[in-house]
Amino acid sequence: MEYVNIFIKSIFIDNMIFAFFLGMCSYLAVSKTVKTSLGLGVAVTFVLLITVPVNYLLDKYILQAGALSWVSPALADVDLSFLSLILFIAVIAAIVQIVEMVIEKYSPALYNALGIFLPLIAVNCAVLGGSLFMQQRGYANIGEVTCFALGSGIGWLLAIVGIAAIREKLRYSAIPPALKGVGITFIITGLMGIAFMSFMGIKI
Amino acid sequence: MKNTDLIKLPFSKNNPILVQVLGICSCLAVTAQLKPAVVMALSVTVVVVLANVIISLLRNTIPPRIRIIVQLVVVSTLVVLVDQVLKAYMYDVSKQLSVFVGLIITNCIVMGRLEAFAMVQKPWASFLDGLGNGLGYSVILIVLGFVRELFGSGTLWGYPVLEKLGLYNIGYENNGLMIMPPMALILVGIIIWIHRSRNKELCE
Repeated sequence: MEYVNIFIKSIFIDNMIFAFFLGMCSYLAVSKTVKTSLGLGVAVTFVLLITVPVNYLLDKYILQAGALSWVSPALADVDLSFLSLILFIAVIAAIVQIVEMVIEKYSPALYNALGIFLPLIAVNCAVLGGSLFMQQRGYANIGEVTCFALGSGIGWLLAIVGIAAIREKLRYSAIPPALKGVGITFIITGLMGIAFMSFMGIKI
Repeated sequence: MKNTDLIKLPFSKNNPILVQVLGICSCLAVTAQLKPAVVMALSVTVVVVLANVIISLLRNTIPPRIRIIVQLVVVSTLVVLVDQVLKAYMYDVSKQLSVFVGLIITNCIVMGRLEAFAMVQKPWASFLDGLGNGLGYSVILIVLGFVRELFGSGTLWGYPVLEKLGLYNIGYENNGLMIMPPMALILVGIIIWIHRSRNKELCE
């Protein structure tokens, strides 16, 4: 049951965009049409699903205080957690590169659909944020971490597809010229955030 | 471009947040109170300036194909330094900022300035450009932090301003929505609206 709870919680209550504003830059830049935003959402979910569990294992077996004791008891009081930022971003950059090559080789159709978004994900803060939250919240095992990663990705996907659909409709509305484009997108995201706030305080 | 323009333009005509729409994530998440907003603004400014100078010094030796990874390594090293300094000297603020110090790595302003400016310009110009953009970002953060703390909790830098003015005795209530995440988005939307009404050429 714990897995389902974490999954639902990370989609709605701890939504990456509406609760923590992670990945806002690509959220604002790529949400002009539903089709491209769906592609980016899938790519982000995919990368989160791979990088967060890998970073969890690194954190557990290399970085945490005393984590190296499985190598030899002499290393039991080594604390490498100050290295976690550099290691996490290196892992993310490397995995994004590998994922890109694998998809290009085995599924050219998916590769063409994702296009330029794949390499850009390395610098998407939702991905690094996923790893940092994982470290901070102290999940019990790798199953929980995977549920958290999948849920965060799907939450991000829902948010970007939602705003893209609204922006497609907005093209036909009369908006003050100074508010057009970025300004109105911010305000609508704020209103969507207020709607998502109704999930807050729900204990699951 | 003239050196004074490098400092001046990012404040208004080419503001990183209002016009380039970069670095949104951190700008929204840390501005519920003035103090973390100021600390975050300073940290980002320091990182942008130093990263700009370092990359500009290295620009002729970085092979173009691996430049993103080199940039990421330089930036994440600087962010680790900032993180450790904050943890040592301002532990409470560092706890409040939580993952957002680490997320300076993927702050689009930093990567954007490195790509667009430091890779092709001399160190002194890059220094000024980094300073200008860091300060342009800081101004927005401080304005947001000021408004949200004043109206949301009735304090400034933790000092109960509105209580001392006696506003609560005549029936004033804090606006709880101001400290909620969605209000930050709506405020940025409104700032963009005001800014573009004054600078018509920026309208879309």
